[in-house]
Amino acid sequence: MNIVDRIWNSSLGKKYLMALTGGALFVFLIGHLVGNLQVFGPPELINGYAHFLKSKPLLLWGARLGLLACVALHIASAVTLAQLNAAARPQPYATPGAYGASKASQYMLPTGIVIASFIVYHLAHFTALLPGVNGVGDFSKLTTTLHGETVPDVYAMMVLGLQVKWVCAFYLVAQALLFMHLSHGLAAMFQSLGFRDHVWWPRIECFAKAASIALLIGYSIIPVAICLKLVGSDYVERKKYDLKAANPQPAPAFVAAQGKEAK
Amino acid sequence: MKVTLKVWRQKNRNSSGSFKTYESPELNGNMSFLEMLDVVNEQLATRGEEPIAFDHDCREGICGTCSLVIDGKPHGPHKGIATCQTYMRSFKDGDEIVVEPFRAKAFPLIKDLVCDRKSFDRIQHAGGFITVRTGAAPDANSIPVPKPDADLAMDAAQCIGCGACVAACKNASAMLFVAAKISHLGLMPQGQPERYKRAKAMVDQMDEEGFGACTVTGSCEAVCPKEISLDFIARMNRDYGVALLRGDPKTIKGGGAG
Repeated sequence: MNIVDRIWNSSLGKKYLMALTGGALFVFLIGHLVGNLQVFGPPELINGYAHFLKSKPLLLWGARLGLLACVALHIASAVTLAQLNAAARPQPYATPGAYGASKASQYMLPTGIVIASFIVYHLAHFTALLPGVNGVGDFSKLTTTLHGETVPDVYAMMVLGLQVKWVCAFYLVAQALLFMHLSHGLAAMFQSLGFRDHVWWPRIECFAKAASIALLIGYSIIPVAICLKLVGSDYVERKKYDLKAANPQPAPAFVAAQGKEAK
Repeated sequence: MKVTLKVWRQKNRNSSGSFKTYESPELNGNMSFLEMLDVVNEQLATRGEEPIAFDHDCREGICGTCSLVIDGKPHGPHKGIATCQTYMRSFKDGDEIVVEPFRAKAFPLIKDLVCDRKSFDRIQHAGGFITVRTGAAPDANSIPVPKPDADLAMDAAQCIGCGACVAACKNASAMLFVAAKISHLGLMPQGQPERYKRAKAMVDQMDEEGFGACTVTGSCEAVCPKEISLDFIARMNRDYGVALLRGDPKTIKGGGAG
């Protein structure tokens, strides 16, 4: 058997995959948070950052495809392991079991499913810019001028997008579940890869708690601050007017055509 | 004291079982849980009913034969002891106690509270041994073993193979048992020649038996009557990882003695 088969056909091999892909996604979460926190600066800051990322298509698509591969592998291992686990106990106990297990560790699959659905929504919301999912309008029309160039106005998009109450609520729910998922997953990742002994385990658990709390706070203050109109509400007032005035509830295709004519 | 027992009764492998409720006769608080079952069984026998079948042997916490999930926890309410050393004084007069067998696909039920744990034996057969040369017994102290390694190996060797880890795990995973066996030999100099082969063979056999995977919930460690640490699972993961990367050893043509 070659190494791919050996890893995929073993319960421990799949745990290595879960840990490695989970670790890669955690590293991305840190980078993504640093990028997003720039929304607390002037609009030019995050717009400049977004423009910088878009100007390196090879790097951008490399990272995107790498992350998608990690997500796909993480989910595929999770689903196959969940099937294996379910099959391992055909008859359940009558009494509540899982003695001594934390809630986070027992609900990794449900929290993971909600996080996965959030990722799909988040990509449709701010990456694919599907107008139907954001409750505001067509974000692709939001542009601004940066160093003489016309670039997408990411700042206005974030503010307008997260001012919608139900969107903000969904983002916060996803962050809470991500916190739960990470508070267990970050420590378990080390265990799965074999990095653990009686000296390091308390430190690893401490790291997992601290890192998951830091990510929870970092990712939650963005939608909360925007929803409470503490960030950029003056800036987007005019933008919102533009967005609505230019096209009173048009079809997306029509909007795109009109946008070109206007230029 | 008296207690009410809600016990799983099942005639054999193929029949379906159900809970039956029994009132115990007057009990002494210093009876062990198994002695309580003996007394209840005596009562059942005199009434002409089939006694409750349950596993037991040494009754002093070292053989790993007794099992039972008592009120949702394998080996009863206490930490670090087996069912045979759980005493009735741990319960209150008039308590209702739910007694279930260990449940896992790899531990098929034989009767009432007795399940077949031969899957553990097969995992041991797959690699839980060391190569010993024939001839005169070597001097016991001829191979130096670092003290920390000896202590750790002893901690792992405490495993009595009762299967409580499997019973407690939400995935019915046998990782703690397998990790203890792999570690206790893998930590000693005598266990080095087969170290990675052993890890590979035992984990593969574990998968074949139909045990689940590890979610690191820690239930196994919490219920283990010998308090085997989850650290050993990390040790197993390390050894198995090395074995996976290495793959099966390739034989050299014309190598060795010919």
